[in-house]
Parts: sequence; C-alpha cells; structure tokens
Amino acid sequence: MAEAERSFSKRVLIVGAGIAGMQAALDITSAGYEAVLVDRLPSIGGHMHQLSETFPTLDCAQCILTPRTVDVGRRENIVLHVYSEVEEISGEMGDFRVRIRRKPAYVNWDICTGCGACTEKCPTSITVAFDRNLEMAKVMRSGKVRLEGTNKAIYTLSPQAVPRKPVIATDYCTYFQKGKCRLCEKVCPVGAIDFEQVPTWFEERVGAIILATGFELYPLEKLGEYGGGNLPDVIDALAMERLLSSSGPTAGVMRRPSDGKEPKEVVWIQCAGSRDPELAMSYCSKICCMYSAKQAMLYKHKVHDGQAYVFYIDIRSAGKRYEEFIQRAMEEDGVLYIRGKVSKVFRENGRVMVWGVDTLSGLPVEVAADLVVISPAMVPSEGIQDLAEMLGLEADRFGWWTEAEGNLAPLETRRPGVFLAGAGIGPKDIPEAVSQGSGAAGKALSLLSRWSQVEAAEAE
Amino acid sequence: MKVSYFPGCTLNTTGKGFDNAVRASTAAVGVELVELPDWNCCGATYPLIVDNMLELAAPAHVLVTARDEGSTVTTACTTCYNVLKRTNRFIREHEEEQERINAFIEAEYGGEVEVKDILHLLRDDVGFDAVQEKVQVPLADLKVASYYGCMVLRPPDEVAYDDPDHPQSLDDLMAALGATPVDFAHKNECCGAYLAVSAPDVTREMVYTILRSAQAAGAEAVATNCPLCQFNLDKQQVEMRRFHAGYQPIPVFYFSQLMGLALGLDVSDYGWERHYIDARPLLNERGFWNGRIDG
Repeated sequence: MAEAERSFSKRVLIVGAGIAGMQAALDITSAGYEAVLVDRLPSIGGHMHQLSETFPTLDCAQCILTPRTVDVGRRENIVLHVYSEVEEISGEMGDFRVRIRRKPAYVNWDICTGCGACTEKCPTSITVAFDRNLEMAKVMRSGKVRLEGTNKAIYTLSPQAVPRKPVIATDYCTYFQKGKCRLCEKVCPVGAIDFEQVPTWFEERVGAIILATGFELYPLEKLGEYGGGNLPDVIDALAMERLLSSSGPTAGVMRRPSDGKEPKEVVWIQCAGSRDPELAMSYCSKICCMYSAKQAMLYKHKVHDGQAYVFYIDIRSAGKRYEEFIQRAMEEDGVLYIRGKVSKVFRENGRVMVWGVDTLSGLPVEVAADLVVISPAMVPSEGIQDLAEMLGLEADRFGWWTEAEGNLAPLETRRPGVFLAGAGIGPKDIPEAVSQGSGAAGKALSLLSRWSQVEAAEAE
Repeated sequence: MKVSYFPGCTLNTTGKGFDNAVRASTAAVGVELVELPDWNCCGATYPLIVDNMLELAAPAHVLVTARDEGSTVTTACTTCYNVLKRTNRFIREHEEEQERINAFIEAEYGGEVEVKDILHLLRDDVGFDAVQEKVQVPLADLKVASYYGCMVLRPPDEVAYDDPDHPQSLDDLMAALGATPVDFAHKNECCGAYLAVSAPDVTREMVYTILRSAQAAGAEAVATNCPLCQFNLDKQQVEMRRFHAGYQPIPVFYFSQLMGLALGLDVSDYGWERHYIDARPLLNERGFWNGRIDG
C-alpha cells in the first residue's frame, strides 16, 4: 500500500499530563493538530502541581502552572482523558488504535459544577498520594492530638485543579464501606453524585504517541535506616513541598506532622537511595541538590530563627544560575551544609535524632532535629512496563525508557511514531522536561505536517 | 526434630551457661541438638581479604563435617553463625575458589548445608506459638529490650533473616515468653565489639548509648542472642557510674536464660555467676527465679 493511500491520523496521543506532556499537547494543538492527553490522576499538572516554588527563581509553581493547566483544559483540540489509563495499543505509525479505560469517579462530571460542597461536608478524612499521604496533627476538643489525613473521601487534588471535579475514594468512603452516609449526595446542589457509575472505555485513533510518563520517589518504607516511613516527622521532599505550599495542607504555614509545632531544627538528607549501588539506585537523581537548597531557603524565609542543615555527598548544581542559587542558600539564608552521609534517623524524646558524619572534619555529627526531609531517589512511574509491552519498547533495569540513541535521538524510540519526553526517560528538572515536551511535539509535528502535505498533494 | 549443633569456642568455655540454657530450652520445645563430632574453630572472623583462602579453611571444614551429619547446622553463637553462613555462600558462589578450598581441606564441598542461627530455627521451624504453649512461668510484666547486635543482621543480603534496621524476632520470642517487649532505637547498634580490648572507653560510650536508650524506653532488662554483645553490655556497666553519674545498671540476659526460666526448667547451670551485673535479684523480686541466689 502506498503511503498516501493510508489514511493517516493527524492526532497525537500523549501519555501523562505532567509539565512535559502538557507542553507537548500545547505545541501540537498550537500547530493546528489534535492531541489526546491521558492521565491517571483526576487532574492534570503532574508533580509540578504539588510544588511550592521553583528553583532558581523562586517562582510560585502554582502561579506559573495554572495558566498552562487552564489553557490545556480549555483547548477544544485537546481531548482530555483524566482519571484514565491506557489499556491497549495496536496498529502502527499513522494508525494507532488506543483503548483507554476511565475509572469511575462516582460523580457525574458533566453536570458537576465543582462547587466543593461534597468535599466540605464529607465526614471522612483520608490521606492522599497528592499530599504524599501526610497525616497532620489535629487537636481534638478533648485536648488530645490525633493524626489526620489531609483530604476527604470525596476530593479534588487542589483548589486549582483542572478539571476541578471530585472523585470518591471508595476504599475509605463510608457509604462504599458500610452502606450508609450518602451525605455528599444530599448536599450536592445539582445531583451529580452517582454511586452506580461504572468504568467507561474510549477508543482513540492517533498517528503518533508521546510517552511523558514521569517519575515517582523511592519509597521511605525501603529506607529502613531513616525510619522506614514509620516516623511522622521524617518526610520525603515532595511532602515538604506540600508543607511549604500555600495551597498545601497547612496553607504554607511551617508545621511538622506529629504535633503541629513549628520545627526549629530541620535536616535535609541527600542521596537517599540515589548513588547507592549496594542497596538501591546507582544513579544521581539530579534535582535533589537544587530543590533541597530551595526548600531550606523557603523554610528559613518562614522560620527566621530556625536552623536548616543539609547533609550531602557533593553538591551538583550544573545549570544556568544554579550554583549562584546554592551560594545564596549558604550565604544569605545561612543554610548549614554538612558534607557526609547520615547513617541513622530515630526518634528520641519527641525529637528526631540524626546521626551522620562530617567528612570534612572527620567527626561524627548528631543533630536533634524537629523535622527531617529525605531526598529519595527519583524512580520511574508505575505501569511503564505495561506500556512497554503494549508498544514493544524497552525500559532499562531501573524502568526508565530506553531512547533510540542516547546522543542524537534522545526523544525517539525504536518504534516509528513513538516519542519520549520528560522524567520518564530519567531524572530531570522542570525546564528540561518542558524542553523535551516541545522537542517530542516537534518530532510528532514533523510527521503530521508531512502527512498533511502528502494528502494535499494527493488531493490536487 | 533433630538438628546438628555447632557450639563454637565461646559457648564451650566462657559462655557455657548460654550453651546449657540453649540446649535445655530447645530440648524443652522439641529440638534435639546433636553436637557435631570433632568440630573445630569457625575461624572467629569472616576474612575481608578477598584473596586469602586460607582463612576460609577452618569454617569450610566445619561445614563439611556438618554436611556429613545432616542438611542443616545450627549455632547459638552469632559470630560463628556469621562466619559459617558467609563462608558457605562464598563457597557456593565461587567455583574457582571452591576448588582451591576443597583441595586444601581435602574435601568435596559445594555449599550444600544450610547454616541457621538458633533464633531463626526457633522462629521458623519450631514457631514462637509452639514455644508459648510450653511456657510454665510467664515472665509477666518483665519489660525486656531485645538487643540483636550486628552479626545476625549484617551484611543483610548474606546473613539477615530479620529486618536489618528494625529486627523483631527476639522481641517476638520475648512476647511469647510472657514478657513485655520494649522497642528502642538502638537494638541493632554496634556494641563496640573488640574495641573492648583496644579502646575500652569507646566501647563504654557505645554501650552507654544503647543501654540509656533502652532504659529511657522503659526497659528493666536486656535480652540478647550474641555472646560478645552480652559480654560488652554487661561488663561495661560495672564502672559506668564513674563516667555517667547516677547510672543505674540493668541485667543483660541471654535470651535462652529467660526461655529456660519461662519454660520452668532447672536453670541452675545457666552461668548466672558469670554475670557482672547480677541478674538474679530482679528475677527473684518478680517471682521468676527457681534456683539459688548465691554462688
């Protein structure tokens, strides 16, 4: 069959609506083509949506991201499938068939206005992955302190979420678990709650695919020496982003989870699971040096009499204005950098004890901290293996996508018409992920534009 | 259940009481320990020099003897366990070295025998539930901090049968005996080991950190499965008050001593007289003691 006789689909599937995937969708649709954007979360924005501020400019992440998410949400030539996962892909370049499964939200989004009454009245507090499953201290009427999740059993990810429509967490919802409650149904002014909702499937035909599957963090549970996830005041860096964020569970007020007190001594631990070929990941996660300096800086801006410590192996600040940013953290904000690894973190007398070594003085160091922030290794998102099997692609031994050629084809795969972007390829920061989103979009647009030309020539 | 048993030099000499307690208390839960014939030193430390096969000859010989006696060999000495377990794996995974070791000790051995720490055997082959059923004198309200040291936990991929950061097996055994396990942060911290000889002050401070933490968590006794840890934790307390005013010593038990007591056995030959901090008054005070208090 001659190329021109095939009917090429000039639509692009983008898996992952993080900053890389969104950039790709915006570029493709700005060129006049259609994008199909899939994300497993109820809202778009990916990890950037969780962040407080960005390095090295200290821009408010929400403020620079929201115009993007709103733009993506409003564009008519972006078909958005949130709370959905790709289940099957067949066909080939120009003619991929994609089966997408949408999870039931138990809310009819077509009529929901996003007013938030359901969430407000829902009696069940739950921990959510978006807030890193943080549990924060809440003082009860009796005076007792109880740890409580940061969202409700019917929730949206944040007030700025796009789409701003809620979903029900059935594992925790009183009605789904015990058969009683239905309070959300009673308070919904438009009758959007639908407990009978079932999964729905969509078939999409696309000509090219961009995999912008992103990253996760190595779980604290696997870092036994740092408390194994059992110490409430030992949190990971994304949890710290939530605590620093003005749209986070504390509205940006610096509090520690266990008792809600303002932490006066905070320790950051670098390379937790990164650069650790014996026990975890051999690679450098690349962004931790920068975001920990940023977090320490933001912490100091909030708690002026607090002390911030950063335990590091060495500081990797390769990037435009990055080294200056680190120097600023040290010199202007008085962040104390200790060159050495932390061997153990444990709780004693209500504090979090940190045992480490200062390799410059050669002495052991003990810090009685109020809060410890771990920089775990970046790891690939779950489900990459399934996608790889659907597409006949490869991931490396850690699960990162394998590029067609690392030097000269870093955004291509061995499969024609399938491209890569963002942190699913390996650890990277926001500007790099955005660049790759545009890069992959460019690759896809070359195909679409050529097909358009071929078809136009055929038509003449 | 019959299992080959390697006592090792410590349990045959200064740790005889530990050995007696292990043999009696395991027998009481249905394990017959059959001492290996003509056993020799385990080598005492696992060599860290990669090309010195000679140091593996002694443990290899023990393993060969064990192989001829059965599929599993157990030991209550954590150091012996560590050396035997690691030597066994080394032999199994290194073909060339295996040949050289075999040539030296005149044997044909490929790492077939299973080396199992006695606590591991009690946990998985006997079961703490089964131990609990045999308890005659529950150690009710005895607040025990379990201390594991390093030998059964590190290196984790080679020797650990428990979580290397948060081990639980000894705590679970204490609970089975009716005692109240006390969780504390330093159950896997270094006891100072042989620094007790070359740098006793360093050992003392390490021991202080461990025992202070256990006591702060509410412990009134410590149970351990390691002879060297028991020695350090026990002996270092004798002079502790000179360096840490107001320090209150606490007894450090072998787990098998408490097991024998709880099982209602005659504990008179469990080596009580060798404790630096006499453990008997506490037991007597609580009504668990069934032997003589003097001597």
